[in-house]
Amino acid sequence: MTHNLILRVVSKSLIPLIIVFALYVQFHGDFGPGGGFQAGVILSAAIILYALVFGLDAAEQIIPSGILRILAGLGVLIYAGTGIVTLFSGGNYLDYSGLVGSQIAGQHLGILLVELGVGITVFSVMLIIFFAFAGRGRP
Amino acid sequence: MIDVFINVILLAFLAITAVAIVRMTNLFAIIMLFGIFSFLSAAMFIVMDAVDVAFTEAAVGAGISTALMLATIALTKDHDEKQSVSYRPWLPLVVVIATGAALVYGTLDIPTFGDPDAPTQTHVAPYYIERSAPETGVPNIVTAVLASYRGFDTLGEVVVIFTAGIAVLLLIGGRRRKSTAVRDEREENDA
Repeated sequence: MTHNLILRVVSKSLIPLIIVFALYVQFHGDFGPGGGFQAGVILSAAIILYALVFGLDAAEQIIPSGILRILAGLGVLIYAGTGIVTLFSGGNYLDYSGLVGSQIAGQHLGILLVELGVGITVFSVMLIIFFAFAGRGRP
Repeated sequence: MIDVFINVILLAFLAITAVAIVRMTNLFAIIMLFGIFSFLSAAMFIVMDAVDVAFTEAAVGAGISTALMLATIALTKDHDEKQSVSYRPWLPLVVVIATGAALVYGTLDIPTFGDPDAPTQTHVAPYYIERSAPETGVPNIVTAVLASYRGFDTLGEVVVIFTAGIAVLLLIGGRRRKSTAVRDEREENDA
């Protein structure tokens, strides 16, 4: 597929749009449909499209699998760490009300952080799984 | 009225897709039909106003899992041998029809769609609808429930995904020889 001109041109113009849409879904999840899970999947779909058109090695150069493994753990760490921080700010585990200033602001910040953790983990795990399966086919 | 019309059409397409999947032997075409099936389900969720679920179904069911299944058949053969049936499938047919009839009979007791007196609408849903906006300031109730009220459950979900990634890496992720070779190359270049 690497020599297909139409696929290369179309996917080159599509991938930035997919990434912007994923970021929109990630950070606009409080207001519209979506959230970290969907955003992570969409973002990994952009990389998978790149891998399908330009080859697996090119995609692994953008995001090396070592970084992906760190990111997968980092997302869970952000999520669970937010819970620990809320413990220190006087609330229950994952009760964001006391994070900053008012209750609403704390909830906003907490939901944003938690969704970010979900997004990072889902994105990297989806790519880890895809690279693991697709990498097996290589000679 | 228009909802019913759209639902009937979508359900008919779902049934047609399912029958086509059962009758096919070309695995590549079957994976494409799986994607179409997920997309039709997502359309049904939108008609039922569950946009967050529809979003997930479209992204995961039609998107990622199609790509993963394609990556999988790239490793195996893309055809399934047609098996000649040597017995008459009457018993399975009877079991399927009886189970289906029991399920349809069970749906008769289910409250109608959107019924305000249904148990799902009278339990915790009113609390979320009334209190989520003043308590969290988030207009999307689904996000408020997922990330705030049920934050602990969502943490569990993320850990499940993380564990799935680890399991896949442990089972088929090993390409250690090549990655160390690349690292050696890099170190040589650095030196």
